[in-house]
Amino acid sequence: MERLGLGSSRSGPLLEVKNLVTQFATETGPVRVVDDVSFHINEGEILGLVGESGCGKSITALSIMRLIPSPGEIADGEVLFGGRDILQLTDAELRSVRGREIAMIFQEPMTSLNPVLTIARQLTEPLRLHMNMTKQAARSKAIELLEMVGIPDAGERIDDYPHRMSGGQRQRVMIAIAMSCNPKLLIADEATTALDVTIQAQILEMMAKLTRDIGTSLLIITHNLGVVARFADRVNVMYSGRIRESGTVDEIFDNPRHPYTVGLLDSIPRFDDEERERMRTIEGEIPDPANRPSGCTFRTRCRWATDECERLEPQLALLDEAHYVACWESDSVSRERAVIV
Amino acid sequence: MTSASTQEGIPGSTTGPEVKPLLEAHDIKVHFPIMSGIVFSRAVGYVKAVDGVDLTIMPGETLGLVGESGSGKTTLGRTLLRLIEPTSGQVIFDGEDITELNNQEMRRRRRHMGMVFQDPFGSLNPRMKVGTTIGDPLVIHNLVESKEDYQQQIGDLLDIVGLSRNMADRYPHEFSGGQRQRVGVARALAAKPKFLVLDEPVSALDVSIQAQLINLLEDLQRELDLTYLFIAHDLSVVRHISHRVAVMYLGKLVEIATYRDLYTSPKHPYTQALLSAIPLPDPKLERTRDRIVLGGDLPSPRNPPSGCVFNTRCPIATKECSEVVPELKTMGPDHEAACIKI
Repeated sequence: MERLGLGSSRSGPLLEVKNLVTQFATETGPVRVVDDVSFHINEGEILGLVGESGCGKSITALSIMRLIPSPGEIADGEVLFGGRDILQLTDAELRSVRGREIAMIFQEPMTSLNPVLTIARQLTEPLRLHMNMTKQAARSKAIELLEMVGIPDAGERIDDYPHRMSGGQRQRVMIAIAMSCNPKLLIADEATTALDVTIQAQILEMMAKLTRDIGTSLLIITHNLGVVARFADRVNVMYSGRIRESGTVDEIFDNPRHPYTVGLLDSIPRFDDEERERMRTIEGEIPDPANRPSGCTFRTRCRWATDECERLEPQLALLDEAHYVACWESDSVSRERAVIV
Repeated sequence: MTSASTQEGIPGSTTGPEVKPLLEAHDIKVHFPIMSGIVFSRAVGYVKAVDGVDLTIMPGETLGLVGESGSGKTTLGRTLLRLIEPTSGQVIFDGEDITELNNQEMRRRRRHMGMVFQDPFGSLNPRMKVGTTIGDPLVIHNLVESKEDYQQQIGDLLDIVGLSRNMADRYPHEFSGGQRQRVGVARALAAKPKFLVLDEPVSALDVSIQAQLINLLEDLQRELDLTYLFIAHDLSVVRHISHRVAVMYLGKLVEIATYRDLYTSPKHPYTQALLSAIPLPDPKLERTRDRIVLGGDLPSPRNPPSGCVFNTRCPIATKECSEVVPELKTMGPDHEAACIKI
């Protein structure tokens, strides 16, 4: 099968996040949930952002949309989209970007739609607002969109309220709304996590196809490494507020160089494994963002950690072409894995 | 009883003299009435959550039970413990028909069975110290001799699930999701049960924490001679821990086999589709894998399709499939599937 995205060859980055810091005020002072995060997405590319709960992946996405709820705030950094810094836009300018050029799909299909408005109302609103369509034109476009995302009897279902639809159908409607204005970037934050596997497969295939047909870039935020392997061109691995490793999916899955990435890949059971062995785990727990260890924040759970890791925080450094890692011991990681595999 | 030290082979089926199943379920049906009307309320239909399921679980075995939401797997698990009363059918536990027992008798048997729930945040009482939560079954079943003994047992339980003894005085909010799930396991083990129903015990946990809990469950099974019904929607996790795996769809068992057979040669089209829908963490393989993408949604269990319940989404269904209800057929040793097309 061909790659789903168009890859990085076409042109410069569509979105560039530089040194983003998002923090939340607490009684004991600000806590950096996103701590100096930089990455980019090229046009037509599918980028995966993976990590466990609390790693800051969702807050990164919300920061791009400037949807951080109080007491959170974006404290530093730039979010360059088509050359403009989203963080500097006025409210009016921001409104023309949100939903129009960057659209987002959230995790809960049950609560993302307004329960007291019909599907028609919710689907035609962005069309009328952003595309200046007439009521009639918006309605026929809306029906077209529902057909595109595979809702049967779209002409009738459009007048239903959300409670008449299943979880999978609601998530399709969310995708229809997100895609309605042909956005340049679609952010899917755990968009299929709440759905059953067979429905998840349908929705992801459809999303990848739509982005490929329209040329939209896709940022997939997930904890599921299988989803990333299947759909993404490149992947960023986040842990405790920072990106620890970044590269093409082939590089990251075949040649992981950060101990956390290695640990994640090793701790997923696979149903196509030949033999069952005792599961390898990452010892310990994810650190509280308000109370991170000094130096490398992964060192307390890392079997490669040395004294240096305690003193100095490693920065993302280029290893090979398009493979970055933030680890002092990435050479040992690579050597040891070569022995195991 | 032989312990399941290797997780290979089904305990009981290969060893010496005949071993009796620990649990047998015969033709279990659970139909929930849909009520209508306020004053003269009456049933206007039934949701057939579980519709004629037969199962046996051998001592020391882990039977995996998989299915999507609404397939009836949780209802079945609870019915086996009689936390939900079956509409019809029998549950034989340790040679005794527990569906016949009255409430008092049932309560006494219940100490031999335990349950671990999915939600580590909702299943513990937030106002109760975890020691009290864990110790409750000891008090209920009169298993403590003295105050010291009570404290001792709670400490031991915390110990075996990998928590420290002094955590007994803490409240649930002081624990992470993984730790809470360990508390849930400790409570389920308090009365020294033989059989545990584990209902999605790891699905709310992060992958690195999930692996820790799975290892714990495997160790406990070996050390305490436990028998598990492991309910989950994640087929990879189920394969890792189970001896045999049963697949449910809309209240029916569609396939049951040893873990090896189910994953290497699935027979039922639903099992095949389910396996092919799981994305594997391997980009090169993912690019070449064949995939069966099922159309449509799970039909409502209130109004299941006629004939084979899977026929509306099945890629190989014919007209006959909407007319004939398929029975489980033997496909090989310890392998059964319910499909007329195979």
